[in-house]
Amino acid sequence: MAHQRHIGETILSVDNISLAFGGVKALTDVSFSVREHEIFAIIGPNGAGKSSMLNCINGFYHPHQGTITFKGKARRQVRPSEAAREGIARTFQNIALFTGMSTLDNIMTGRNTKMHKGLFWQALHFGPARDEEIEHRHFVEEIIDFLEIEAIRKTPVGTLPYGLQKRVELGRALAAQPDLLLLDEPMAGMNLEEKQDMCRYILDVNDEFGTTIVLIEHDMGVVMDISDRVVVLDYGKKLADGTPDEVRTNQDVIDAYLGVAHGDE
Amino acid sequence: MLFFMETFIGGLMAGVMYSLVALGFVLIYKASGIFNFAQGVFALFAGLALYDFIAEGGWFFGLFGFTLPIWAGIIATMGVMVIVAWLVERVVLRHLVNQEPIILFMSTIGLAYVMEGLGDIMFGSDVKPLDIGLPQGASDFLLDSFNLYVEKLEVVAAGTAAVLVIVLAIFFQKTRIGRALRAVADDHQAALSVGISLNTIWVIVWSVSGFVALVAGIMWGSKSGIQFSLSLIALKALPVLILGGFTSVPGAIIGGLIIGVGEKVAEVYAGPFVGGAIENWFAYMLALAFLLVRPQGLFGEKIIERV
Amino acid sequence: MFYREAGQFKTSYDADQAVFPILQDRVVIYAFAFIAVFVVPFIINDYWANAILLQFLVYALAAIGLNILTGYCGQVSLGTGGFMAVGAYASYKFVTSFPELNYIVVVLLSGGVTATVGVLFGLPSLRIKGFYLAVATLAAQFFLIWLFNKVGWFFNYSPTGMIVSPPREIFGFQITGPEATPAARYLFCLGFVGVFALAAKNIVRGRIGRNWMAIRDMDIAAELIGIRPLQTKLMAFAVSSFYIGVAGALYFGVWLGSAEPTEAFDINQSFLVLFMIIIGGLGSIVGSFMGAAFMVLVPILLKNIMVDGFDFAVGVAKHVEVTLLGALIIFFLIVEPHGLARLWQILKEKLRRWPFPY
Repeated sequence: MAHQRHIGETILSVDNISLAFGGVKALTDVSFSVREHEIFAIIGPNGAGKSSMLNCINGFYHPHQGTITFKGKARRQVRPSEAAREGIARTFQNIALFTGMSTLDNIMTGRNTKMHKGLFWQALHFGPARDEEIEHRHFVEEIIDFLEIEAIRKTPVGTLPYGLQKRVELGRALAAQPDLLLLDEPMAGMNLEEKQDMCRYILDVNDEFGTTIVLIEHDMGVVMDISDRVVVLDYGKKLADGTPDEVRTNQDVIDAYLGVAHGDE
Repeated sequence: MLFFMETFIGGLMAGVMYSLVALGFVLIYKASGIFNFAQGVFALFAGLALYDFIAEGGWFFGLFGFTLPIWAGIIATMGVMVIVAWLVERVVLRHLVNQEPIILFMSTIGLAYVMEGLGDIMFGSDVKPLDIGLPQGASDFLLDSFNLYVEKLEVVAAGTAAVLVIVLAIFFQKTRIGRALRAVADDHQAALSVGISLNTIWVIVWSVSGFVALVAGIMWGSKSGIQFSLSLIALKALPVLILGGFTSVPGAIIGGLIIGVGEKVAEVYAGPFVGGAIENWFAYMLALAFLLVRPQGLFGEKIIERV
Repeated sequence: MFYREAGQFKTSYDADQAVFPILQDRVVIYAFAFIAVFVVPFIINDYWANAILLQFLVYALAAIGLNILTGYCGQVSLGTGGFMAVGAYASYKFVTSFPELNYIVVVLLSGGVTATVGVLFGLPSLRIKGFYLAVATLAAQFFLIWLFNKVGWFFNYSPTGMIVSPPREIFGFQITGPEATPAARYLFCLGFVGVFALAAKNIVRGRIGRNWMAIRDMDIAAELIGIRPLQTKLMAFAVSSFYIGVAGALYFGVWLGSAEPTEAFDINQSFLVLFMIIIGGLGSIVGSFMGAAFMVLVPILLKNIMVDGFDFAVGVAKHVEVTLLGALIIFFLIVEPHGLARLWQILKEKLRRWPFPY
């Protein structure tokens, strides 16, 4: 699948990251880099440290060694809300939506970093606060349009089926207009049709907005199809990285994770 | 020095009383994940029921013309507490499976109100002296040998608390039911899915807790009479649990002792400088300090959240 | 049948976001407002003012305040009584130290003082959550009551330890003190409640309200999308305490006229307001009103029925009230955790279809 996109310079660089919880080594000396506007996949068996890697990038976990450089700024640890303000958004393996609120409100919270009117204007409502609210509502409605979730706009998200919840979560991440979008198993638990929809959304986001995407995914078909480059983790260490084809034919990766197809190849 | 020792021991003894009540809280929290605000009211209710069985001023005497001997009264009260536990499970807990902790907590506040109101209606709100034959007065032995004034009753309370702790600790660690209780505390639905009967477990736990409440009620009641201020003990137990950890039986004891001593010492030594009555808030400030530094308490389990 | 919204399209986001989007709701609210402002002041008497209306208004304001903190932002507080005390004592000090100060300003300043105290006691909320935070607020509750009992400066060293509200007037009408008319006191409180309820509704349906609810629902996720937890929580404490402080100032200054800390502001007050928002509905401004009305009316109804109607002793009526309240709390938590507000919504849903079953 060839995309007519202009892949830029390195936007995210992970250097020698090590993370341990007590005696458990979640990540050991992992390094890779992600270029702007590309779709980058992290794959590996369960427990390989993929989610931990994402958590380090957006500040939820603090590695005890190594550096993460995002948009030129190098740091080891960052507070999650700061990472969000830097332009990193993410979705979660187990959905982390705000169950007490509607779809619309959930996605509106994604606009939080862009909205500034303070307490006094909010209390007054008429005037600047209302204008700001409407302006951002416009943007959120575009996202709702894009993800085709108009019908569930006002539904409390707690009552939505799993597939739709994942879509709303994607919407919330998109609302922040991130430079880097981290997707943690976005297709988990979906049927074929839902997966195709999700793939289409991811590709469209990358196409239209140029958002750099890092995703964790187990479905090899999806990974090989849509990613530009891939890194493979196993037991917290990097096994290989490169283009999908390079990784697919790498012997270490085959031994640890992919296996060999029987009958055809 | 002697004065300090007396203050210290007085604090320890008060602390033991707190611990007894805190024990009941820990039990229910360990097994149902609920902080039972009504525990203090349980103690009050148990005391009221016991009084009713053994004293001539109560309903029992009015209905049947005789009062029960103390041992029978205790057994009868235990029976009452089991019925209460069963009712609580049936009417309240069963319908609140897997709700958030704060909802469960608030329902126990409601429960406390219900039992307090019922207790007042059924037994009247005057103070009732409870005499079940526990020794009163100061310990002559200690007074003569060490010149220390210590109440015999409080020594008995301390001993009882120690025995209770040991028994409960064994119960939780070594028995099958104990393990089931810990499973239920962790995750109601998961426990259900491995075949643990939530309802039975809860009745057991609340009954055991009722028993602890009865013991606490007896101790406090013998000391100062059965009065409704017993129900406010719940509020004092909170700091005890924060210090000791919500899930730790030894923690409840140690937490209680620390609070007891701390309160007394602060009141006696620092109180006069600020007008006294520091006891009212000292425990909470101490708990607050703990929460900031070590939220799981001295012996509790650390809670780790994953996304 | 009467409640159909068919034909009521919203053609702008602004209309969609209105407080009462449905026409029928708006009609009812305007009717209520009209009666409250133009009818009641002419028929109100001392009994109604003292026993019911003023109490309702003051508690409604406190309930909104607590709902902001606990219902919208998810931070449980058992310190409402203590914070009302701060508002009351602050107003007392302002009124006695600056006799020329306009009473409206006094009330607002008292709210400000309470907001500051609230932020102080809210600081632990970054490290401790949920249930444990409730304990921290208990510390606030007991400490503050002790403070107002012991430290003479707060009650101007009066030998009784009580504070009494001196007479003050607004626009020529006596608001506080023995000369104040029920209508004047009522309108004064109504003004505050009306303005601040509207402000609260505006805040909670905007960005700040959403941030609060995000913290309540999943604070880790909230932080991960860029909401700053400490600022958001402290804002909730500040706004909530402001409201509760204003309520406390009105409670003491306009309604009771005098107060003494243990009686007027103790832990039972905290529970009372908490019950109001549980029964009325957590996370609902309308629910705060309903809960306040409920808790004010139930004791009165019970007393009228039991004591005046059936000749029970007053003490027994009180115990029945306690039992009944506890049972109601449990009932609401089991059946409808979102309280009367949700029940009301469900009723409206049914009204849409009435008289058809579905």
